[in-house]
Amino acid sequence: MTEIRDLETGRANDARGDAGDYMAHTLVALKTIAWKETHRYLRIWLQTLLPPAITMTLYFVIFGNLIGPRIGPMEGYTYMEFIVPGIIMMSVITNSYSNVVSSFFGAKFQKHIEEILVSPTPNYVILIGYLAGGVGRGLFTGLIVTLIATAFADVRIHNIAITISVVFLTSVLFSLGGFINGVFARKFDDIAIVPTFILTPLTYLGGVFYSISLLPDVWRGVSMANPILYMVNAFRYGFLGASDIPIGTAYLLILFFIGLLGAFSLFLLHRGVGLRQ
Amino acid sequence: MTSPQALSLRNLTKTYGGGVVALRGVDLDVATGEFFALLGPNGAGKSTIIGIVSTLVRKSGGAVSVFGHDLDREPWRAKREIGLVPQEFNFNGFESVRQIVLNQAGYYGLPRRQAAVRAERYLRELGLWSKRNAVSRTLSGGMKRRLMIARALVHEPRLLILDEPTAGVDIELRRSMWEFLRKINAEGTTIILTTHYLEEAESLCRHIAIIDEGRIIENTDVRSLLRQLSTQSFILDVSSAPAELTELSDYHPQVLDDGSLEVVLDRSQNLTDLFAALGAQGVRVDSMKNKANRLEELFVRMLDRAGAEA
Repeated sequence: MTEIRDLETGRANDARGDAGDYMAHTLVALKTIAWKETHRYLRIWLQTLLPPAITMTLYFVIFGNLIGPRIGPMEGYTYMEFIVPGIIMMSVITNSYSNVVSSFFGAKFQKHIEEILVSPTPNYVILIGYLAGGVGRGLFTGLIVTLIATAFADVRIHNIAITISVVFLTSVLFSLGGFINGVFARKFDDIAIVPTFILTPLTYLGGVFYSISLLPDVWRGVSMANPILYMVNAFRYGFLGASDIPIGTAYLLILFFIGLLGAFSLFLLHRGVGLRQ
Repeated sequence: MTSPQALSLRNLTKTYGGGVVALRGVDLDVATGEFFALLGPNGAGKSTIIGIVSTLVRKSGGAVSVFGHDLDREPWRAKREIGLVPQEFNFNGFESVRQIVLNQAGYYGLPRRQAAVRAERYLRELGLWSKRNAVSRTLSGGMKRRLMIARALVHEPRLLILDEPTAGVDIELRRSMWEFLRKINAEGTTIILTTHYLEEAESLCRHIAIIDEGRIIENTDVRSLLRQLSTQSFILDVSSAPAELTELSDYHPQVLDDGSLEVVLDRSQNLTDLFAALGAQGVRVDSMKNKANRLEELFVRMLDRAGAEA
């Protein structure tokens, strides 16, 4: 009884906003959304964590074990060593994106996004909360795939700081992409279009399975316009110390797109596009 | 110093895409502590007003303030004062009852321990504690309604807005929800509700606004509103039909069958005189009721009048 009364006396304070209250509220709201999103992908792990583990294992078996020895070394590394970073990055990109797009669209579809929209939770907290889910799942999947990779190759990390920062920033970037897709999506088909027709081709052509040095000049030039190439190569540099592109350019590109998509996401939330009538 | 209105709308307008005008300059004040009904036919603009106050609908013009906090300039302060029970179920069907309420508390910044205490209290009060671990989509319709009320109350808002809270709810549950709403209103929560059940509005609310075609056409307390009724029709259960109807002609009697009689009284007449006139003919009145809900009668007349003036 005492506990309830003590807790209740807190209400008078939380009804009167000041900077401290605002910060406390924001932090609790962020933790709530982030945990809700994390709990969601953990609860349905059969749909979220297991499939990429199986798919990527098949990539390692088929491309690395069966076909790889016939291809021979790539950029001075065995083919298996060469594709490991790209395959990890591919799983991070697709899982970060698909987690946010499916969760946010699901919340819109079931209308429970309204729970958050009517609350005093600021837009940037909503965005960061959803990104936390996407980044969490992306990195968790990346870790699972990395562990699987150790069964097929001698996985060593050349530069841990670059490896972690690139994978984290890439996960943030594609979580933002998923968020924007979720905002605009009106039906379930809309959340599959971008991953199927844009994301997957760009990832496959982003140097996951080959070095662009193998390509003719024209196609090498075309490949340089693919932003995923920079992320895969920067990540590969973190593992192997070898890359087709300058690392600084990769960081600048990733940060530029994070800034761009982040600002656009906040703009969409502010305008209530697809959310408020 | 006067306390600010719980809700204040000034010249609120809304035109939806496609040019549909939903609100045409609504001014409305809801006093702190009020139990307020917003009535109107389908498409009148009730849900648009609630949508704008809850920020799910963007207004075209005008201003909204909640307990003195402007919704545009101080959204954080204004929104934390509001609890919303929408018309449609809008919770995550895959989450448990308790988790839904806890999440809502989190969105309003309540620390976990405090949220857990509040969630238990409101789930118990609304008879949902035994279902706290049930996945929400498995609940009955009535339970889902109560879950939305518990969710709206967990941050203990000073203004509770309910959009058709008892739609599709059986009579017993409706009555228990009325009791609950009366209780929290008595404890200080300002309540605004929209309803199609005029009996509900008459029974619960002290103040009523009627909206039609995006305009407020009446805004007064229930007693003043009912005083506008110039006549009332009653159905009397009587021991036998009166022999001399002409003696009762002032009451426009109609014998419905041997045991019931319909009469119409204007404001200058009273039931005591009517009973005396019936008694003089040896007719005993066993029971009586209004022919239609009084508010309903008035509501229909007002809408007819507004339609004729338009």
